[in-house]
Amino acid sequence: MKQYRIGLFIPCYIDMFYPQVGIATLELLQKLGQEVVYPDKQTCCGQPLANSGAEKEAIATYKHFVAQFRGFDYIVTPSGSCAYHVRHHFDILEQTDDVRQVRENTFELCEFLTDILQVEDLKIKFPHRVGLHQSCHGLRGLKLASASELIEQRYSKLRRLLEKAEGIELIELDRPDECCGFGGTFSIFEPDVSVKMGRDRIADHERHHAEYITSYDMSCLMHMEGIIRRQGKAIKVIHVAEILNRNSL
Amino acid sequence: MNSTHAENAAQFLADEPRANWHDETLWIVRQKRDKAAANIPEWERLRQQASAIKDEVLANLDVYLEQFEAAAIKNGATVFWAADAAEFNQIMLNIIRRHKAKNIVKSKSMLTEECGLNRFLQSQGVEVVDTDLGERIIQFRHEAPSHIVLPAIHLKRQEIGETFHEKLGTEAGNSDPTYLTRAARKHLREKFLAAEIAITGVNFAVAETGSVVVCTNEGNADMGVQSAPVQIHCMGLEKILPRQTDLGVFTRLLARNATGQAVTSYTSHYMQPKPEGAMYIVIVDNGRSARLANPKYIQSLKCIRCGGCMNTCPVYRRSGGHSYGYVIPGPIGSILAPHTHHYPDLPFASSLCGSCSNVCPVKIEIHEQLYHWRQDLMQHRQTSWLKRMAMKATGIALSGNRRYNTLGAVARWAVAHLPRKLLYLPVNTWGVGRELPQAPQQSFKAWYKTNNPSKKQTS
Repeated sequence: MKQYRIGLFIPCYIDMFYPQVGIATLELLQKLGQEVVYPDKQTCCGQPLANSGAEKEAIATYKHFVAQFRGFDYIVTPSGSCAYHVRHHFDILEQTDDVRQVRENTFELCEFLTDILQVEDLKIKFPHRVGLHQSCHGLRGLKLASASELIEQRYSKLRRLLEKAEGIELIELDRPDECCGFGGTFSIFEPDVSVKMGRDRIADHERHHAEYITSYDMSCLMHMEGIIRRQGKAIKVIHVAEILNRNSL
Repeated sequence: MNSTHAENAAQFLADEPRANWHDETLWIVRQKRDKAAANIPEWERLRQQASAIKDEVLANLDVYLEQFEAAAIKNGATVFWAADAAEFNQIMLNIIRRHKAKNIVKSKSMLTEECGLNRFLQSQGVEVVDTDLGERIIQFRHEAPSHIVLPAIHLKRQEIGETFHEKLGTEAGNSDPTYLTRAARKHLREKFLAAEIAITGVNFAVAETGSVVVCTNEGNADMGVQSAPVQIHCMGLEKILPRQTDLGVFTRLLARNATGQAVTSYTSHYMQPKPEGAMYIVIVDNGRSARLANPKYIQSLKCIRCGGCMNTCPVYRRSGGHSYGYVIPGPIGSILAPHTHHYPDLPFASSLCGSCSNVCPVKIEIHEQLYHWRQDLMQHRQTSWLKRMAMKATGIALSGNRRYNTLGAVARWAVAHLPRKLLYLPVNTWGVGRELPQAPQQSFKAWYKTNNPSKKQTS
């Protein structure tokens, strides 16, 4: 496996509330022999602002991001949504070499594992029934899987990484890739629809007896976890990095 | 409607079983669409082709419109141009008065909804009967369509039974679909037979032939046009297709994407007036040329009104068409609505999941357009002062390491220490149906500083 110098990008809400996801990502990449650097002055990709319409107010944050992450072979993050934002919406910055390289080299963890490191089998043991939540920005923005709307060959990078795990049972959903309703600030400006979407998503996983819902985006899982805890449900959420890091490499 | 989409949606969701039924019903339509699309191996190429044709049309619209007008006139039609809704309505009234018509039927046309034609004509003492079954139902109930293809999709058959009992004298309590449809058919037959003028919408207008194409499932456009001596076809100026051969691309996409049918039951081509009859075509601008001049948002004009984005939209399915308050609901309505003056909340009525863009048969990047509208509305101060200030403050907080770290520390402290009552005040809308995340011992950043695993690295 080739070794790269990786800038580890830990999204703001993961840094603040889900450090275990950041730790799992870091450990996994190190186990795969990568040189991982965490630029410790990093903050956020600015998406919460831009999705609310405050792209202009986000420019300072974008610039700060580029300053932290320039010069790495790759920038890897355990978030499809944040990776999509950097790649796609940093287009409003002046496209200097740094900006272009940062945009091109930012990868979501699963796609980095499958596309760049070309990992085949991580030798994981995870004897549980697991439902995949293919978060929208990763799915339709980064094309981490085929979207159900498109008439194309079916694939899923998330599934490919998990299906070889020992003991795992990946469940099928009635609606394979419906949005969970998080949507960034949508979740607070349209709370009723957002929560209803989340409840329906969880119910689909429950109908198929999933023990865990996993995703490459903790933000969707944070939203669903909030509903699960409010309703006292048994089903659990887990970031895919936490499963993949249980390997025996 | 002055209330916001979020407020209307909350009201819609208050009746959860009904909201579930609405969601399920439209999801079935989406599934039918998936199946129909999958039967066409070249589906994605077809979308690409349709998108390219529409791009070509918009880039040369002036030429194609004049070509269409000339061909239509040569065919014997009379062509009118309307700059806005008021002029359109006046043109329609003038035609009706010229022919001294009392009995007027109309098949489905979102354009006439957009211009408020029925309301205007009513104020002038002219009654128009909508002949699309769904449209007739909501006309009886004095409601707006909640969907552009399925205008009465928000109603259950029991409610339609009640309406028909009241308006058409059907048996009380009978909501058998066949029974009700027969009653509607009998009622509408009388209207068709008496019709002096038939108004239709237009799905496609072919520049090279001067013909207009109307797609229906009920044949109601044909029933009207074939029995009334006078026919009026109303079209937005973006409905043009250059060539007759382009039509096949769109008729293959339209019905499959709208309802999962291979083709609409009726695809009618109207070219010239009947003997002794008259044919009018009214071409309406009503804001379209302004949109055409705006490269950022021009692609919304490619829309062929299939309604596919509504059926797939998880927000639309759970808030209902009326919650948007604009004549065209759902994702496409939220980018077609004139935001700078009205409906500033619509671009925010989306989780930006992108499903709409993936189903769109002409590849409008609907969710990206919503994203851009959000930026514009914020810059033009069409969002609340509080929100703008909050965004400014967040922007400052996120752009510096220390400020960001403080923000995180405060958030973790608050979640860990504030009393529940305070944390879940109504202002915290996250708490509507969700718990806040639990505060970890420390942030990742703090963990990294103490554990600094790079020292243990193998490299």
